[in-house]
Amino acid sequence: MAVESVRDLQVELLGIRKHFGGAQALDDVSLRVAAGTVHALVGENGAGKSTLSKVCAGVISPDSGVVRAGGEDVVFRSPRDALARGIATIAQELALVPGLTVEQNVFLGAEPRRGGLLDRKALRRRYDELAEHVGFDLVPDSPVSSLRTADQQKVEILRALSSGASLIIMDEPTAALSREDTELLHDTIRLLVSGGRSVLLVSHFLSEVLELSDEVTILRDGRLVRTSAAADESEASLIDGMLGRSLDSVFPGLPPAPAESASIVLSAVGVHAPGVRGVDITVRAGEIVGLAGLVGAGRSELVMALVGASRVRSGEVTIDGEPVDVRAPSEAMRSGIALVPESRKEQGVVPLRSVEENATLASLATFSRAGFVDRRQERAAAGAVLESTRVRAASPRAPMSSLSGGNQQKVLFARALLCGPRLLIADEPTRGVDVGSRRAIYDLLVEQARAGLAVLVVSSDIEEVIGLSHRVLVMRGGRVTGELTGADITDENILTAAFLDTDTNKGADS
Amino acid sequence: MSNVVEHDTPPATHGGNAPAGRLSAIRWRSAGIIVPFGALFLLLSVTSRPFLSTTNLLNILDQQASIVIMAAAGTLVLVSGAIDLSVGATYALAGVVAAQLVPHTGIPVALAAAVLVGLLVGLVNGVVTTYFRINALIATLAMSFIISGLANLVTDGNLLILTDSPDFANIARSAFLGVRSSIWITLLCVVAFGILLSRTRTGRYLYAVGGNAEAARLSGVRLNRVRVAAFMVSGLAAAVGGVIDVSRVLSAQSTSGATLTFTVLAGMVVGGTSIMGGEGAVWRTTIGVLFIALVGNGFDLLGVNPLYQQITLGIILLLAVGLDAWSRSRR
Repeated sequence: MAVESVRDLQVELLGIRKHFGGAQALDDVSLRVAAGTVHALVGENGAGKSTLSKVCAGVISPDSGVVRAGGEDVVFRSPRDALARGIATIAQELALVPGLTVEQNVFLGAEPRRGGLLDRKALRRRYDELAEHVGFDLVPDSPVSSLRTADQQKVEILRALSSGASLIIMDEPTAALSREDTELLHDTIRLLVSGGRSVLLVSHFLSEVLELSDEVTILRDGRLVRTSAAADESEASLIDGMLGRSLDSVFPGLPPAPAESASIVLSAVGVHAPGVRGVDITVRAGEIVGLAGLVGAGRSELVMALVGASRVRSGEVTIDGEPVDVRAPSEAMRSGIALVPESRKEQGVVPLRSVEENATLASLATFSRAGFVDRRQERAAAGAVLESTRVRAASPRAPMSSLSGGNQQKVLFARALLCGPRLLIADEPTRGVDVGSRRAIYDLLVEQARAGLAVLVVSSDIEEVIGLSHRVLVMRGGRVTGELTGADITDENILTAAFLDTDTNKGADS
Repeated sequence: MSNVVEHDTPPATHGGNAPAGRLSAIRWRSAGIIVPFGALFLLLSVTSRPFLSTTNLLNILDQQASIVIMAAAGTLVLVSGAIDLSVGATYALAGVVAAQLVPHTGIPVALAAAVLVGLLVGLVNGVVTTYFRINALIATLAMSFIISGLANLVTDGNLLILTDSPDFANIARSAFLGVRSSIWITLLCVVAFGILLSRTRTGRYLYAVGGNAEAARLSGVRLNRVRVAAFMVSGLAAAVGGVIDVSRVLSAQSTSGATLTFTVLAGMVVGGTSIMGGEGAVWRTTIGVLFIALVGNGFDLLGVNPLYQQITLGIILLLAVGLDAWSRSRR
């Protein structure tokens, strides 16, 4: 007896207003998600996308306005109320129990029981029914922790469907996914929609929005800009709408590539480390090198090796010809390597400390005498660098957690730059960053190259790699499998190198 | 010119959290302990005549000396994201070592030995929890058994009485400017640990390590060194506390620190230092310990059944931790 979904559910939000403290997060916003469609919600960080989707999901109750589900006015006091009406949310951070199996997770809290005990047969039967119904092919008894992220999202979706969800809200579902997994999720979304369900998609990826959705709603500063058919929009028109002004181009102009004679800043030869199997790489002064490849190709692993954060087994790394001790991040930094890490939250931000302290964390020695921090000197340096990195914060003393993702990312750039590096490594510099901040970060990277730094950019966003790099290195299986320059830097060439199996003797690891 | 950072567009609003609300929640929290402390102080001043006397107030400080010192140092450990459950045992071990040595070696050597014991325990705690990667809660709990056992070995299970070394009492009981040396030592420790945490590079690193260890590591902070340093300060403070109390009563026994660890922990938590690490302050811990002491003193002065004292302490502790969880959930 599987739970029947409420089919053909149309959800409407009418004249929604919501304020937090003095800030008007939503001001008279209306939205209609028709059954069997994907409706995308776009806007800069802070435009009100998440707030609106939370109103829809019953997480936040609006100050005024009406929520209508299936033609009936409803009041959601909790996500549970929304779920009872067929509305479920797939969170950005997945809420699965890693040790339980796929089917156990799907029916968590609603396990079929017989005489107080778990009825495993009924569990499997119900799972099979559900999975077949939507066309997902997951192994029901594999533990969720063994699945790739895209498949874990499927489990979340199945869980939502098992409780009768018909409208599924997805907040940045592909932000943490590789290109491959992103494709998988897109297929999943199409499958859901073809079955008559609808999806409210919050996404920063405009190409994804245009490709997947039927309708797009643009929000700016808590107000509705417009809702239109996705077919009538382009990336440029969406950006115009989100910013309220047109962005000349997504990427700043690159300075000319440094000459062959330009001094080599980073030289790494034969680097072997966990996930890295013999990489040679050089970056010249003033050069931006893009590091592309699939997730798991060893890009971040290479970065971790270069900054001394993983166990380097062999290889020689030099900066300006001087050998770098890659056994500890502190040593690599002393040699002039600075990192803006891949995961802002896990590896970058100290949320409870001030913006200022976050900025100076890596260069505190410069502002200290006999172990004591010289506050005045620190404050002056932090103020200058926060301004040059265009950080928007209420105050340099505001806690880091009060900043938007984009501004936090800029603070991490400030932290790296305060170390006075020769090589700046940025791993996924714009992941989860709004459009406005994204351009500011690109500008920063280009400025640093222009000032003579060597810059290494790792990104899963191929557009970004193409738009920013003088030279692109493509990794696969822990090795560099392609090097592209000038006109050869194209989508196809990068993908070919990323997928191409040049590795004939697999497993012959040193 | 407080607003150094440019502000070219109106401040963004973020999803479900208004930054203004978050900010004030954090500020409110850091001042949180001041309000109940002030209120209680005022209440006791009004309701009990002897409370506000210099003798009573100095007595409270004298009695709380070792606890304040240990809690002040423990704050460093807690901020770094670890916990030290061995302070009570270390306090006892340092005390009995000093007491055992004094009659034979004189005061300076006995003191040095006690301090060395404290530092050594801290070093072992630090190494075990960092390089050997054993959870601090379990590691220091295990250490506390080992240390208690050692203290028992030192005393052979006996109460050591220092009738032959009356000078040892001078450490805690000599007066300077009408105030006992125990209080001066406490003041010195609180100021020193406070400065260490709030003004030095090591202090900054403690907050960073407790707030986001991986971020700190990638920023070039040597995590293990920082954590070991915190444990060593904690061990040192336990030794100082142990010596002070032995000096006050001129006797020592191996079981004297049994419940002390928890009193110290309670003081820190009531003061608003988070058991999750990354935030807290020495001055807040000090107020927290004194707040608990005031409750006890108030119950004594007002002649309330001491039974209720424990129950009240329990409720205060729950409130403090609940407040911590609540303010975290609002971020």
